[in-house]
Amino acid sequence: MKFVEDQIHKVKPLFEKGGKLEKFYYLFEAGESFHLVTDKRTDRGAHVRDSVDLKRMMITVVLAMVPCILFGIYNTGLQHYTALLNDGQIEALPGMVDMIVYGAILVVPVILTVYITGGIVEGIFACIRKHEINEGFLVTGILIAMVVPASIPLWQVSLATIFGVFIGKECFGGTGMNILNPALTARAFLFFNFPSQISGDKVWVGFDRGQEVISTATPMGLAAKGDALPEAYSTMNMFLGTIPGSIGETSTLACIIGGIILLIAGVASWRTMLGMLVGGFLFAWLISLGSTNPNDIAALGAVKHLCMGGFAFGLVFMATDPVSSANTDLGKWIYGFGAGAISMLFRIINPAYPEGVMLAILLMNVFAPLIDHYVVKASIKRRLNRAGV
Amino acid sequence: MSDTMKAFKDPFVINNPIAVQVLGICSALAVTTQIKPAFTMAVAVTAVMGLSNLTVSLLRKQIPNKIRIIIELTIISTLVILVDQILKAYAYDISRQLSVFVGLIITNCIVMGRAEAYALHNPPIPALMDGIGNGLGYGVILVIVAFFRELFGVGKLLGKEILTSSPDAWGYKHSGLMVVPTGAFVIISLIVWVHHNYTKKFED
Repeated sequence: MKFVEDQIHKVKPLFEKGGKLEKFYYLFEAGESFHLVTDKRTDRGAHVRDSVDLKRMMITVVLAMVPCILFGIYNTGLQHYTALLNDGQIEALPGMVDMIVYGAILVVPVILTVYITGGIVEGIFACIRKHEINEGFLVTGILIAMVVPASIPLWQVSLATIFGVFIGKECFGGTGMNILNPALTARAFLFFNFPSQISGDKVWVGFDRGQEVISTATPMGLAAKGDALPEAYSTMNMFLGTIPGSIGETSTLACIIGGIILLIAGVASWRTMLGMLVGGFLFAWLISLGSTNPNDIAALGAVKHLCMGGFAFGLVFMATDPVSSANTDLGKWIYGFGAGAISMLFRIINPAYPEGVMLAILLMNVFAPLIDHYVVKASIKRRLNRAGV
Repeated sequence: MSDTMKAFKDPFVINNPIAVQVLGICSALAVTTQIKPAFTMAVAVTAVMGLSNLTVSLLRKQIPNKIRIIIELTIISTLVILVDQILKAYAYDISRQLSVFVGLIITNCIVMGRAEAYALHNPPIPALMDGIGNGLGYGVILVIVAFFRELFGVGKLLGKEILTSSPDAWGYKHSGLMVVPTGAFVIISLIVWVHHNYTKKFED
């Protein structure tokens, strides 16, 4: 540790004002505060402050996502070997360790790719805009990795990351200024750019021995076509997450654990979460009342719909993004309810998109400022009335 | 700088119809999937704008103020029909690709806007230059957008294959986003961003 500290102090003058590498000061600053506790002190009077800052908030979200990441790695392996088993290539499922190893081989490169490409974009903008590298990307990065299928080509991941960070965030002025959720922007980019691969109806579960791609229909894809769901896609399995899908979103249970961590830490808003849950449940239930065909996607019922696809993940991690969601209390209810209701409408009524959570949340992101505007206006009006002016 | 040169250069760089005035976006989304039709469209719009500005400017003292819009429209639609007929006669394939959008030049806000804002109050030569400048300013953006959309959307430039999409899972794939109008929106907004940073012209 002493060695690291000495080295950092040794190169510090190079980056400070007048140094040779002054341009890259903020890159150095990021490295310094990553390795050492900051030695900066406020130069005016003392302020009593809470120790929760942006850094801690972001790390909490990453921690809350750990169950999803771990389960995603395991599930990637599980889906791969299940597909091989169904194909008759292996006799029996291997042990858990094998699955985790296989999953890690596919998932870790995706996560690394996202962080490296995103980090480069962030670094460039930090140098141009002369601000510190922001911790927000820690969350965006892992979110992008969690909402793509495990065997996505890495160049597509990095392209999507660049698009998400650059167009979704930096164009609007960086962290805290974005209108849309950058991770969902990246996902939407993939969705529209490579529609044959990533539209939510099928995912690759890996490669067989001849390096041929095997893909499996997701429950969502089957249901959208009106096929009956097989035994393996029971509600319980969907809740636990042992179904094919994107890396981190299959397990509703892992998302709930993450959600509880976020709620206890006070990072995410319970109003948004509950609003979205109510909206999704209500609409899935209402639509199911009108369906007659038992295999129809509408007839699956509200509980299945909440466990299926990316609804739980979107609800816990995407919709609650404090920047792009509504900020007033009532606004959060409306925003959440809208996101839940619209995702069910997209999913069930619109046959073109098997999954609608992403588009629904993006749509509500766009409406969030409008919702806030009217909530604030209504509040002002109410108070004026009360005051009798 | 003389008035004429200013009338020509201003819309081309500083007051670009697409990047600054945000006019003519509809056709910029519709005809920019390939370079060839985009280029043809640019030439057609430039011709219509130059001539309509010239004609309106020549008639500016005769046009009664109350019915000026209808007269401007008559002039513009005459020119558009001329252009449409010429395209049909000499470049039938491209004319078919452009389909209704040649006819829709009539409704292109830039043509009408320049006739109203500039040609009605200025002598013929600067008006002609203003029309051509605006047309070229519009056309340049159209061709830039079409360049990116054709290159990344179908991997071609002017119909020649440059990038090959491969069917295997890890290979290069053409971008579906560039084929749909959304792609043009993204490219145009990036151009606007760069342009505003370059000219330092920001709206409050």
